[in-house]
Amino acid sequence: MELQTIEKLLNKYFDGETTIAEEKDLKLYFSSPDVAPQLEQYRPLFGYLSNQEQQRFDKPLPLKAKRNYGKWLSVAASVVLLGGMLTLYNLQQPAQNDDLGTFNDPEVAYRETQKALNMLSKNVNVGVGSVQYVTGEYNKSKDVIFKESSNHNQKK
Amino acid sequence: MNQSDFMNVITPFKDRVFRLAKRLLVSTEEAEDATQEILVKLWNNKGKLESYSSVEALAMTMTKNYCLDQLKSKRASEMRIVHNNYTDRQAGLQQQTEDRDSWNWVEKIMETLPEQQKMILQMRDVEQYEFEEIAKIMDMNETAVRVALSRARKTLREELTKTHSYGITNN
Repeated sequence: MELQTIEKLLNKYFDGETTIAEEKDLKLYFSSPDVAPQLEQYRPLFGYLSNQEQQRFDKPLPLKAKRNYGKWLSVAASVVLLGGMLTLYNLQQPAQNDDLGTFNDPEVAYRETQKALNMLSKNVNVGVGSVQYVTGEYNKSKDVIFKESSNHNQKK
Repeated sequence: MNQSDFMNVITPFKDRVFRLAKRLLVSTEEAEDATQEILVKLWNNKGKLESYSSVEALAMTMTKNYCLDQLKSKRASEMRIVHNNYTDRQAGLQQQTEDRDSWNWVEKIMETLPEQQKMILQMRDVEQYEFEEIAKIMDMNETAVRVALSRARKTLREELTKTHSYGITNN
């Protein structure tokens, strides 16, 4: 390329007026072995700029498919928990069934049944007794409250 | 978007992200970390990428912001940028030592430029972006980009001329 053209391009370049194509021409000119001596000072500049393109990034990227492991972990945990509970339940079930005693002698069975029923009714009576007490107390306080509230209403 | 789709999207510009980061952060390691950071950020938001007209411009903007933040926090903690990687250029670039020396000069002069000019010079003279793209990434208007670019180039010219004539007077 003619020296004059290059000098013109250089001036345009330093004014920020060159196009990409013109800048390519400049780089090409300064990469050639026969650069005019008076332009020698610009050779490193264009050499450096062209050389920079060679730099590469080739570090591996730590890309992993971002999955929601948390969600699946909780599902797995609940499955395990449920399974555990079921096994425990199944293990305890037969133990309860084994406890039901049986009697061979009818008389003994009769006595034992009576004993059991007596115990039951005694306990029921105890319960009834305390329920009666509670009912009494309840009625007392109910009377107090309703009397007061009716008095209150009358005053209004 | 799976991993290989994503790689196809980023492959054309991942080196540019790295080079811009290196221009600003100087150290290769830090630039690599920054690039990784930005690409992983893009990957984590891969669902939204399709809504951007240019993922490359987005990535460059992210790089600019990320690196400027890095520099700001570094300055705040008064850490100095240590760069000792001028010498470990890519193997296979069997250039003349003389050339490398003068390239190092250019690099050092570029380091003294303000960040904005550094980025614009990098994007224009290395990555060959159009002014329109640079304006978008830098969030400036095209005229301001041209002015900053011209200033950066003129500073380089001035410094290089100084170095050049210094060399001559010493010989």
